Amino acid sequence: MKKLSKKLTGNALTYLMVIVAFLLCELALSGTIEGFKMSRSLKGQLVPICVYIVMAVSLNLTVGISGELSLGHAGFMSVGAFSGIIASQWIASAFPGAELDLVRLLAALITGGIVAGIAGVLIGIPVLRLRGDYLAIVTLAFGEIIRNLINCVYFSLDGARLHFGFLNPSLPGTVFINGPMGATGVNKLASFEAGFLLVIFTLVVVLNLIGSRSGRAIMAIRDNRIAAESVGIHVTKYRMMAFVTSAALAGMAGALYGLNYSTVQAVKFKFDTSILVLVFVVLGGIGNIRGSIIAATLLTVLPEMLRQFGDYRMLIYAIVLILVMLATNNPTLRSAIDSLAARIRKRGSSAPKTTKEGDKA
Amino acid sequence: MTQTKKPRTPTRMVPAPSHGIIPERDLNSQPVLEARNLGIEFGGLHAVEDFNLIIGRTEIAGLIGPNGAGKTTVFNLLTKVYQPTMGTILLNGRDTAGMNTMQANKLGIARTFQNIRLFGNMSVEDNVRIGLHNQVRYGMFSGIFRLPAYYRGERQMHERALELLSIFDMQDLANHQAGSLPYGAQRRLEIVRALATNPSLLLLDEPAAGMNPHETEELMENIAKIRDKFHIAILLIEHDMNLVMGICEGICVLNYGRIIAKGTAEEIQNNPVVIEAYLGKKKEA
Repeated sequence: MKKLSKKLTGNALTYLMVIVAFLLCELALSGTIEGFKMSRSLKGQLVPICVYIVMAVSLNLTVGISGELSLGHAGFMSVGAFSGIIASQWIASAFPGAELDLVRLLAALITGGIVAGIAGVLIGIPVLRLRGDYLAIVTLAFGEIIRNLINCVYFSLDGARLHFGFLNPSLPGTVFINGPMGATGVNKLASFEAGFLLVIFTLVVVLNLIGSRSGRAIMAIRDNRIAAESVGIHVTKYRMMAFVTSAALAGMAGALYGLNYSTVQAVKFKFDTSILVLVFVVLGGIGNIRGSIIAATLLTVLPEMLRQFGDYRMLIYAIVLILVMLATNNPTLRSAIDSLAARIRKRGSSAPKTTKEGDKA
Repeated sequence: MTQTKKPRTPTRMVPAPSHGIIPERDLNSQPVLEARNLGIEFGGLHAVEDFNLIIGRTEIAGLIGPNGAGKTTVFNLLTKVYQPTMGTILLNGRDTAGMNTMQANKLGIARTFQNIRLFGNMSVEDNVRIGLHNQVRYGMFSGIFRLPAYYRGERQMHERALELLSIFDMQDLANHQAGSLPYGAQRRLEIVRALATNPSLLLLDEPAAGMNPHETEELMENIAKIRDKFHIAILLIEHDMNLVMGICEGICVLNYGRIIAKGTAEEIQNNPVVIEAYLGKKKEA
């Protein structure tokens, strides 16, 4: 019989890992230690790394915890990005002259999360009637539909008044979302610190959700739908809860991403991005939150590190992916890692026992 | 089958209002379950037909019959996994027409499965906590932001789970992975999980399958103990005649989707139709 290890320590390790990484980055950014500095290109990657961590962790909630393969995660990201930009630009235009950067960023994140969450509900109603491959295909279609829709949307600001046009570029005031040209003239409000806080927020939401009554219901449906129903779990409600939470977090990530560049186009959130995030999740281990964080970080940095290879960059990137996949699926290697982990745990078991807490980390 | 155990309290079965018999002590209370002319068709095949059954408030009833007779189909009908094509099911006096499995569970029917359906990757305690889903409630936000309701709820769940596990003396296994338990323990855990939903009728689908005679003996005692402790009715499907004849007060025999006999253990054992269809002739020693 297999005894399950207490998972609270696992969660603490995840938070610790993120916080230590953040402090190291801050140290490198400040440049207090000679020789421990960050390259310019890596500095530019910090916010995207945070964004992709949030994307990967939130997609893991759908794919790993709820067990639904979703291929339209970038769709929610784009909804969040554009609604976040609208919110922040509106505040800037409605209250001119005021120093509102922090408020604008916060408003963008909240709006992005809420609007993407609403999109999640709307998509979830038809999508969650489906299972497996069918669900994957419909979410893929949603991602494409949303991208094409945003390509036709025009927004302009005339003081505090927001104007909206569809396929119609003649709007009063200054146009800031301009159809296929995307959002232009966006103030770069995103910062690494904000990204770090968003990552922590996401971890709190996802890890605490997994460890609660609702999370157990979600995992019960994933593991055995009929048994879950037989003990009185509302299947649709909890599948929806996971899907919408995941969408809202992706929307917040999108809002942060949108505010990190001066122009944002809908093309950025195409199918490739959904797949990229799915790759993070699969490579980090489905249902493994800590793995998603590591995979998202490394795979975002990797293409930059491979710049020296020039044209062969993406080729080497693909080879690295394949090698990592092979290595992590190698039974010999896995059993070696497992026995090593067991030995470490045995040594650590003399330490005081933690409280009862059951969840996956 | 020569050494059938008699029920500990002698039961007298009396005719119930519609097509059935229930223990005398349950006469004055509303029956837990009443199935009237229940039937289901799968593309022209009548899997179950004209099924009438009434179960008293604290009755232990048995459903037996040869393989393929439709016993599990009856369970699936009662728990609304299948929607019946004919007839009515009254659960605690309420018609379950149009309900789904989740709603039927909330009305007080819980079950175990013939092929065990535990949440195998989770701990034993988490399995029971999932069973307690509708008994101890707190919202999603309390869970995410760890409000006091979360701690209150989880503490309550922990206590209730250990209490329920102690019925089968399994509280020490609380932190083990459910899927790694021995077969018998997995069956017991399924019963605990079903009990956690606070049912008034517990359906057990072959609870003794894969158990050794000693474990079966223990299970019999525990089933009776559960009935006495929780004051619930139990309907079980079982092929182990020692168990069925030993603890079931009313027995219903199913063959080709139809009830061929109903009665007490003694009546069933001596019923020539049942002997012909299922039990077989006793060897004279």
